Amino acid sequence: MLLIDCPWCGPRDEIEFRYGGQAGVAYPEDPAALTDEQWAEYLYVRDNPKGWFHERWFHAAGCRTWFTVRRHTVTHEIKPGGPDGAPEPGRGRDAPDRRRRFPRGLA
Amino acid sequence: MNESPHPDFLWRNPEPRRAYDVVIVGGGGHGLATAYYLAKNHGITDVAVLEKGWLAGGNMARNTTIIRSNYLWDESAGIYEHALKLWEGLAEELDYDLLFSQRGVLNLAHSPADVREGMRRVNANLLNGIDAEWLDADEVKKFCPIVNTSPDVRHPVLGATLQRRAGIAKHDRVAWAYARAADRLGVDLIQGCEVTGFDIAGGRVRGVRTNLGRIGAHRVALAAAGHSSVLAARAGIRLPLQSHPLQALVSELLEPVLDCVVMSGAVHVYVSQAHKGELVMGAGIDAYNSYGQRGSFHIIERQMSAALELFPIFARARVLRTWAGIVDVSPDASPIIGLTPVENLFVNAGWGTGGFKATPGSGWVYADTIANGRPHPLAEPFGLDRFTTGALIDEHGAAAVAH
Repeated sequence: MLLIDCPWCGPRDEIEFRYGGQAGVAYPEDPAALTDEQWAEYLYVRDNPKGWFHERWFHAAGCRTWFTVRRHTVTHEIKPGGPDGAPEPGRGRDAPDRRRRFPRGLA
Repeated sequence: MNESPHPDFLWRNPEPRRAYDVVIVGGGGHGLATAYYLAKNHGITDVAVLEKGWLAGGNMARNTTIIRSNYLWDESAGIYEHALKLWEGLAEELDYDLLFSQRGVLNLAHSPADVREGMRRVNANLLNGIDAEWLDADEVKKFCPIVNTSPDVRHPVLGATLQRRAGIAKHDRVAWAYARAADRLGVDLIQGCEVTGFDIAGGRVRGVRTNLGRIGAHRVALAAAGHSSVLAARAGIRLPLQSHPLQALVSELLEPVLDCVVMSGAVHVYVSQAHKGELVMGAGIDAYNSYGQRGSFHIIERQMSAALELFPIFARARVLRTWAGIVDVSPDASPIIGLTPVENLFVNAGWGTGGFKATPGSGWVYADTIANGRPHPLAEPFGLDRFTTGALIDEHGAAAVAH
């Protein structure tokens, strides 16, 4: 069972979340300009590292924020942080530290 | 089974030679079957199987041993039915008891949509020459009396597909039988040998680098299941695969109580009773990527609650052991078999949650593909190029979670 640190709600049980796979996969700027190989790469191919992985989670049963963590795919250790050190959603300038910490037993 | 004592050793444990015609990377069921059919069908015996751990200690030791061929699409039906036909003569061919038991597999339907899909599957199977029957709820109850067919449950049983030729086998024995047969034909099975890189020159593979040194190879064939992406990356190839934990569990040993296999995609559980007596149950994959060979407890919890609704009689059975294997799932839930952009480097991966049942068929078509340098006709639709052409074999809908 993973304990996932939601940027809004704090550490919560994995069952509250949905998995979003590899982070930082951008929609192609001009899809029509892509070759079939490039389009296939965008549609079907994702990193699958044995080690640290930037990935998206969605707090479906909580604040419903999408956010990025780094997780180790062998140890399952989780650290905050988007790709290239980008800030996590919910922690930008419009969202100062409003992270709510529930007392133990209520979370 | 004959009465003679089981031999102490089923295969040699040779030191690797400096070079082989074919090096197979991965000593699981598919790798061992491939080695056997290379030698048996194609006379290619200058073969090594390199296994980083011990033979058949990965997913071969972790699966729930279900064997069936009732897939929806023609391409899947072709390869899985080829495998099932081989299963039917395998113990005799390998001269080893595999405890292969064609006890029938039920795929339960819990909603009108499931019923329609199940009937469609039966018809598709029959058109492909695969045995399939549709049972209504009363017939399900007759075939498997301990299934709860009461209408007063969250997921009532409205009917089921039945493949009578489907069943289970003893996974370890399958691996040992292939290993012994391949060894006898001259194949070197090398355990504790991890491939750390590939020698590629002029776009063509020349050998592998391992913890035991460099091993030259005319042809290299990957059969590494959950670690396929990691290996392929060392050859500069990106495969459309994601590795996930797939969990299973067994109960303590019970008296015979369940004489068929019951699967339910809707409630995410599949159950059989092994010959020894333990109930063997599988779940769906954990959603996240992992190589950790363990999953999250809530998957087991949900799987148990589904199993108990279907089989109230199991309520007091205790779980003996849970575990996970790492399965490589492709975007269309179908395997990837064939050539790669690197000449003489072959791939057989992406069997996801359902590779055990395919073991003989997979080995057969992969050996043929390696021997002839072109895809076997049954493997051709499963080439890497389908993700570019768009000719996917989308078995997600047909097989759901219980693949």
